[in-house]
Amino acid sequence: MKPRQKRFVLILIASCLLVVASVIVKNVFNDNLVFFYSPTEIVSGDVPQKKKLIRVGGMVVRDSVVRHQDNTTVSFIVSDNVNAIKVHYEGILPDLFREGKGVVAQGKLDQHGDFMASQVLAKHDENYMPPEVADLLERSKDQKILGD
Amino acid sequence: MKKIVTEVIPLNFWKYSTPKTVFPIASKVIPMAFLFAVILCVAGIYVGFFVAPTDFQQGEVYRIIFIHVPSAWMSMFIYIIIVFWSLMGLIFNTRLSFMMAQSLAPTGAVMTVIALWTGALWGKPTWGTWWVWDARLTSELILLFLYIGYIVLGASIDDIRRSDRTSAILALIGAVNIPIIYFSVEWWSTLHQGASISLTAAPKMAASMFLGLCLMSLSFWMYTIGAAFYRLRIVILKREKSSTWLREFEGAP
Repeated sequence: MKPRQKRFVLILIASCLLVVASVIVKNVFNDNLVFFYSPTEIVSGDVPQKKKLIRVGGMVVRDSVVRHQDNTTVSFIVSDNVNAIKVHYEGILPDLFREGKGVVAQGKLDQHGDFMASQVLAKHDENYMPPEVADLLERSKDQKILGD
Repeated sequence: MKKIVTEVIPLNFWKYSTPKTVFPIASKVIPMAFLFAVILCVAGIYVGFFVAPTDFQQGEVYRIIFIHVPSAWMSMFIYIIIVFWSLMGLIFNTRLSFMMAQSLAPTGAVMTVIALWTGALWGKPTWGTWWVWDARLTSELILLFLYIGYIVLGASIDDIRRSDRTSAILALIGAVNIPIIYFSVEWWSTLHQGASISLTAAPKMAASMFLGLCLMSLSFWMYTIGAAFYRLRIVILKREKSSTWLREFEGAP
């Protein structure tokens, strides 16, 4: 073998080892790399108990947002279409917090199984469109539901 | 028979692997690349800020995308090119390959900073926070550290051959991070949204938004080519200062 080919083979072997190592690391760290858990994972107790603060992510259920009299406390239901969890939060909600849209809340569960959030973040999706198009989509969706 | 084969392939690939032939080419490319970068940038900003419609949810804030996404793409793509040149250099022992890789690194680092910075500016009004430690943001931050590490390691070793090889190996190891950045939004649940644009599906955005994004990306490409060749010229001038071809080149009218 020429020295050039030798170097090529060596680099190839080293790269393969590196890829194998990183795949193993990825699998080991998979649980820790999750930014939030779904309501189903929390309800079924799949979430590691030792974690003091957890995050729950899902959709804010329509018409579930309740603002309390002092106007700073708010509660809403986060759902992943299978299970739902009630979230209480005291503070200012982000601008993009909407019913029917994604949200990630950080906090802990209380004894009733409700989620006491210390931070609420809006989760944006990857769709960008002008308001007129969004209106059209919304309308056609409504018609479809009516037609069904 | 052998003679015919050599005559069929007149273009000598290796000709373009020496600083002597690439130096004058770089000198010609630099002004053109910067000129195109400016033209495309003006066009892209015009489309992005005056033609593209407001987003139905985010309002005007989304327009940061026209800087954020091109810079994030470039930050990953430049790293891939650095890996390519590092591989070439290690296998074929070509000096110029390492020079190319080194010339690209600072621009890659700048792109990463722009991507992180604009992302934070966008995150505050939309998510409600400047920064979260989710997989996408964290891996992009690691990319910045990789760029800095690559530059510092290369600069800290005096012997040029050793410096080239050592930093090239660091670049190769760091390549693991690129698929992690790209697929982080699919592999793990992250706060960062998934890709709006991919090779396999139609863009999930209005056509004029997509056009603005394309123009800005091309502009960033041109800037990167110009900046990399500009730096390459400086690296060549530094390293080849005692060579005869350079003296002849400079002495030529």
